[in-house]
Amino acid sequence: MDNDPVETKRIPIIARVEGKGSLEITYRNDPQSLRKTIDQVRLRIFEPPRLFEKILEGREPQEVIDIVARICGICPAAYQVTAAKALESAAGISLSPGLQTFRRILTCGEWIESHSLHFHLLAAPDFLGYADVLEWAKHDPEAVEAGFRIHAVGNGLLTLLGGRSVHPVGVRVGGFHRLPSREACQRMVEQIREVLPLATALIPWAAGFDVPRTTRSFTSVSLRDPGHYPMNEGRIASDRGLDIPPDQFEHHIREFQVPDSTAFYSLMDGEIALVGPLARLNLNSRWLPPDLLDIVEKTGVTFPSANLWHGFLARAIEIRYALGEALRLLSELPQDVLPFVPAPPATGVAIAATEAPRGLLWHRYDLGEDGRVEKARIIPPTSQNQSLIEEDLQQSLLEAGPGAPEEEILRRSERIVRNYDPCISCATHFLKLTRKETPP
Amino acid sequence: MTFSDQRWRVAVHKMGSCDGCQLAFLNMGAGLVLLSRRVDFVHFPEMGPVNPDARVDIAFVEGSIGTADDQEEIHRIRANSRYLITIGACATAGGIQALRNGTRAGAWPSAIYPSPEYLNVLDRSTAVAEEVSVDLELWGCPVNSRQIEEALQSLLSGAAPREETDRVCLECKRRQQICVMVTKGTPCLGPVTRTGCGAICPAFDRGCYGCYGPSENPQTHLMGTRFAGLGLLPPEIARRFLFITSGAPAFGQEGNQWKKEDPHGQ
Repeated sequence: MDNDPVETKRIPIIARVEGKGSLEITYRNDPQSLRKTIDQVRLRIFEPPRLFEKILEGREPQEVIDIVARICGICPAAYQVTAAKALESAAGISLSPGLQTFRRILTCGEWIESHSLHFHLLAAPDFLGYADVLEWAKHDPEAVEAGFRIHAVGNGLLTLLGGRSVHPVGVRVGGFHRLPSREACQRMVEQIREVLPLATALIPWAAGFDVPRTTRSFTSVSLRDPGHYPMNEGRIASDRGLDIPPDQFEHHIREFQVPDSTAFYSLMDGEIALVGPLARLNLNSRWLPPDLLDIVEKTGVTFPSANLWHGFLARAIEIRYALGEALRLLSELPQDVLPFVPAPPATGVAIAATEAPRGLLWHRYDLGEDGRVEKARIIPPTSQNQSLIEEDLQQSLLEAGPGAPEEEILRRSERIVRNYDPCISCATHFLKLTRKETPP
Repeated sequence: MTFSDQRWRVAVHKMGSCDGCQLAFLNMGAGLVLLSRRVDFVHFPEMGPVNPDARVDIAFVEGSIGTADDQEEIHRIRANSRYLITIGACATAGGIQALRNGTRAGAWPSAIYPSPEYLNVLDRSTAVAEEVSVDLELWGCPVNSRQIEEALQSLLSGAAPREETDRVCLECKRRQQICVMVTKGTPCLGPVTRTGCGAICPAFDRGCYGCYGPSENPQTHLMGTRFAGLGLLPPEIARRFLFITSGAPAFGQEGNQWKKEDPHGQ
């Protein structure tokens, strides 16, 4: 088919990302020179959809909390907390300060677990030139062991508050089914203390990796919770002036489909947005504790940063932040916290947004008179990053130049996709797909 | 089976799922490195190696069969594997997404996607065993590292792996937990659900919601009747069985029985 002006090819599965994605390359054949050049590289998603919007219909609050966890095995607690918060706001209750503390500890645990999974198992081998974590472990067992220990503390915090790290069972509307004992909390304090120096060392190490110095134009979007690094509270803000409560989100995010693409794109107020660790840090670095700010300053990298490759460093900083924050909160636990605030049945529209490990996670439930879900809508972080991933892939292709070999393009493209830590399982279930249209 | 010096070749595949069961490998930490000294992971995309059509000794499969592509893929995997082990509720029972099986066929995709014909989604989400023969099923939503390790240890030492089929109740008693149903009247599926989770829901002062699927000889009808005695209405009882493992016949059939008793048919 060499005479066709356009030709496409897919590489089957992108390794070391969550879910099933592939890269699709479009070539352009020049009939005069008989040269073939790469015209476009796209992230394609072939994860089978599981249709969660419909599964949620007719379900009661606790069922909703246990169902949404199943959207993602890596960030189930973020889904649970967001659903619980939405239902709590519709019921008109707020959590006691003690319960908010425990929710924040849970979120710290999930950021540590998800980020260190990405940092050590999925992304670091790219920077070090290893095929995977096992090959890396042969050359530097200590570094890998440190990563596993940090990861285990994240899982430990999730287990402390939910019984297990994947699909934990602790969250309910109004708080938790049960709170951990003082002794169990104390054991986690000791474990965090042991790994904290290891996490501190990740920051200069990650800053030392040789990353491209390219910058891009994008809007950073995250929650903003003045006085705190944002996790489960706050308004949705951007570095271009957006400042809205979560229930206004639908009026600012525009979702659309692009011809000849299966992907679902979104724009925040007409701009290409980034959510996730780098966006959070770009908007909220001043709320990091002073000792951590010192460590960051010594790297020579300053935030806000327009270099998307700093996402890897941002994850290291957030691992260290979440460990320190969990340690602080567990060390000053208030006395006599009741596990939950009783909630009257919620009806009407229930909306909430939180910061999942990969960025802003937004839920809306339309509830019937009996409190059961009539309609659900969830916008996960990866869908919001989709446009920027595509633009980044295209830019990188231009920078590589027309003569770059295919192998090199693919290697670069895979690294770019991985850099965003996309959660394809999350994105898929809400992804709107369009049929390939034949051009007129 | 004979012992050989050759390291076993292992693949970890993924169909429609949340990726949570593969984490049972990645969460092993140092145990994963130890395991890699005994087996070769030849295909495990989330960790690194991509080699979907490699011949292997053991293929672990996460996820349910929900598209025509999945159907094709699972037959290729079966043909390439000496042992095929399903991990988790999706691969063993169709997963939570099997809830679409009980609805008007095909109505769901068109309610969500503007051009559902592109999706190639099957009307039903099914267990791997509905397509190909399976050598061992590891239940749970999610499975945990211990289940994976035990299955691998058995196979590597030439023994037939044994999967627990006891009820959650027994584990709950061993942990000396107070029964939430007897003492508080909290509906709990522990008496009919397979153990393996460590009875964590009763430990959190809530009822089991059946994420490990049915135990051996599950008295599901007695269970439903007991729930009715606790004041649950038929649709509420139906929803308890029609949840994470509705694709398991014992739960699916019981749930559908109670659904029929619901005057509104919800």
